[in-house]
Amino acid sequence: MTVMTREETEALIQEVLEIYPEKAKVDRAAHLALNDHEAEQAKKCITSNKKSLPGMMTIRGCAYAGSKGVVWGPIKDMIHISHGPVGCGQYSRAGRRNYYIGTTGVNTFVTMNFTSDFQEKDIVFGGDKKLDTMIDEIEKLFPLNKGITIQSECPIGLIGDDIEAVAKKKNKETGKTVVPVRCEGFRGVSQSLGHHIANDAVRDWALDARDDDDSFATTPYDVAIIGDYNIGGDAWSSRILLEEMGLRVVAQWSGDGSIAEIELTPKVKLNLVHCYRSMNYISRHMEEKYDIPWIEYNFFGPTKTAESMRKIASHFDESIQAKCEEVIAKYRTEWEQVIAKYRPRLEGKRVMLYVGGLRPRHVIGAYEDLGMDVVGTGYEFGHNDDYDRTIKEMGNATLLYDDVTGYEFEEFVKKVKPDLIGSGIKEKYIFQKMGVPFRQMHSWDYSGPYHGFDGFAIFARDMDMTLNNPCWAKLKAPWLKDESAEEALAASA
Amino acid sequence: MALRQAAIYGKGGIGKSTTTQNLVAGLAEMGKKVMIVGCDPKADSTRLILHAKAQNSIMEMAAEAGTVEDLELEDVLKVGYGDIKCVESGGPEPGVGCAGRGVITAINFLEEEGAYDEDLDFVFYDVLGDVVCGGFAMPIRENKAQEIYIVVSGEMMAMYAANNIAKGIVKYANSGSVRLAGLICNSRETDREDELIEALAARLGTFMIHFVPRDNVVQRAEIRRMTVIEYDPGSKQADEYRTLARKIFENEKFIIPTPITMDQLEELLMEFGVMDEEDESIVGQTATAQA
Repeated sequence: MTVMTREETEALIQEVLEIYPEKAKVDRAAHLALNDHEAEQAKKCITSNKKSLPGMMTIRGCAYAGSKGVVWGPIKDMIHISHGPVGCGQYSRAGRRNYYIGTTGVNTFVTMNFTSDFQEKDIVFGGDKKLDTMIDEIEKLFPLNKGITIQSECPIGLIGDDIEAVAKKKNKETGKTVVPVRCEGFRGVSQSLGHHIANDAVRDWALDARDDDDSFATTPYDVAIIGDYNIGGDAWSSRILLEEMGLRVVAQWSGDGSIAEIELTPKVKLNLVHCYRSMNYISRHMEEKYDIPWIEYNFFGPTKTAESMRKIASHFDESIQAKCEEVIAKYRTEWEQVIAKYRPRLEGKRVMLYVGGLRPRHVIGAYEDLGMDVVGTGYEFGHNDDYDRTIKEMGNATLLYDDVTGYEFEEFVKKVKPDLIGSGIKEKYIFQKMGVPFRQMHSWDYSGPYHGFDGFAIFARDMDMTLNNPCWAKLKAPWLKDESAEEALAASA
Repeated sequence: MALRQAAIYGKGGIGKSTTTQNLVAGLAEMGKKVMIVGCDPKADSTRLILHAKAQNSIMEMAAEAGTVEDLELEDVLKVGYGDIKCVESGGPEPGVGCAGRGVITAINFLEEEGAYDEDLDFVFYDVLGDVVCGGFAMPIRENKAQEIYIVVSGEMMAMYAANNIAKGIVKYANSGSVRLAGLICNSRETDREDELIEALAARLGTFMIHFVPRDNVVQRAEIRRMTVIEYDPGSKQADEYRTLARKIFENEKFIIPTPITMDQLEELLMEFGVMDEEDESIVGQTATAQA
């Protein structure tokens, strides 16, 4: 199948919706759309950030996942307590591959699981005292921690534990930052509210710590990387480019980040926002309170990376702009070689994406650099403003699906027949069993980094390795093979 | 006889615990084997039977032992006057934790440990004032109490509460075997109290099982942490509780209640002069404005 026409895409959506009962059909129809470059606002064509329907096999997470898993978890020198029963912390432990430098268990703690391990008695009598004791124990066992966050699991909101009071008390006793986060899993429709709650907790309990302290020597070139979680080292391969341009990266939010970096961010000149969805809130706050402008950028694929570098440089003086061009020129040969090597192997291949955060739109450019087409994309927990930003990135009449259900995703894949799917671990094995090459695009399938020019080389290699893997030709049992396929194989040999 | 499980509900402070313990003492006197399960974090449902301030509760002891699985039945089950078995679910101090979960945990523990053994005739659940959450509805869920008695008086708020509890019973009655078994009037000596409660009972589809008059002997017994039946067995009040016990023993009128609307309840109250005819013109008027 080549590129689908507008009518074909529309018919496909109708066909997929057909199986639903009337009420579900109406609901789901609003979340499925074909991209329309004419649409000024996404809300006119697609609905998002609404409660998932029961029984639909949604791929979303919860508010706790958004706060502990995404925003706070990667801050390496703080200890993040999963307050409540043991499961939430243990089953999400170290799953997101937020790389960091440090000695785990001594001065950094990202891959460890700290939990108050709620028992029946803690539910009945409340968990405040246990939390208090736990923080004392943490101080004794891990004295080099630079602070603590209390990540609320569901029961905390039900039994009304006063984690704010405990946080204030322990802050007085230890002199360290202690942040209570009300990210109970039942709040909101997805992990998205967890990002917002976590951003608000940063604002209320950490960000202003050095407002009256001018001892930090600033430069005119200070920036912060906001919304890069350093998955597989992404923030590192971004940071080197910014530094080569002559900028000073004061803080990384929050991959390989520290509480000191958070506290120094209000001193920077410009905030660079990669994942808009999870950190636009704090960026807007810093703009209002500290007058720090923020811009979005995209470091996936050389075209977008170079474009973004120039956009960033335009906010600084000519020396930076000149160095930006030097850096782009320096890496040009490198990425052109990558494209020369992989593009012929990937040209014209069609990709369907279904991920979270910024990726449903940000990685499109990287695929296009390799001559590939993204023919369908969707967000787990995007809002209208995410789709606003997606419309222009996608080809006209391509598929958009919001909070896609297990059934819809499978049906779309059967009909659209993409050459590659990029989605999460829950989708991976279904599509691989269907014989469709698949990349896990949440944690880069244990690979990465994918950001920047260095990351692009790895991205291109990974896509080729998956898509052109000989295993896909061997999915059919030899006795079921038809002769024409064998002839084709013989001819290609 | 087969084990009968009953739960006592009613507005806070209406005298549920006192009434329950006295009527249970009456049943014990009749030779019945009874257990009281206190479902209130205050743990004061068994003090008159045990002559104790407050019994060690299941949740308290579970917290000490580590988990509820580490507890044994004999740690929490105490035997008092008339061989009445007593347990308290217990729970947190006001303002922390989840008392409802405490009730659920405690009742599950009792079932698993076989507290409801074959030679028991009655189990009485004495439940905290309002059914504020699922935990306090635990005693009326499937396979727990089948008969509910609501303690009520002629005071307006007590009757509001009784009607609300009836609404709660309807929910569980439709999905299970729980039934409303009668109103117990614990007199506050309001005007025409017995008639009023009989009228309310009729509206709810049930009956006033007994009118317990007010008598200071109850307070004198309470100070001594005793039931009236034990403290002053010859008193008139002791006979009242004996009668209530006998009526409950003989009771067969178990119904699905028909709770009434707020308007209907207010009409009833007006009819008996408990509430004045509503004067719309004074709503929202301050004292100054009215002067």
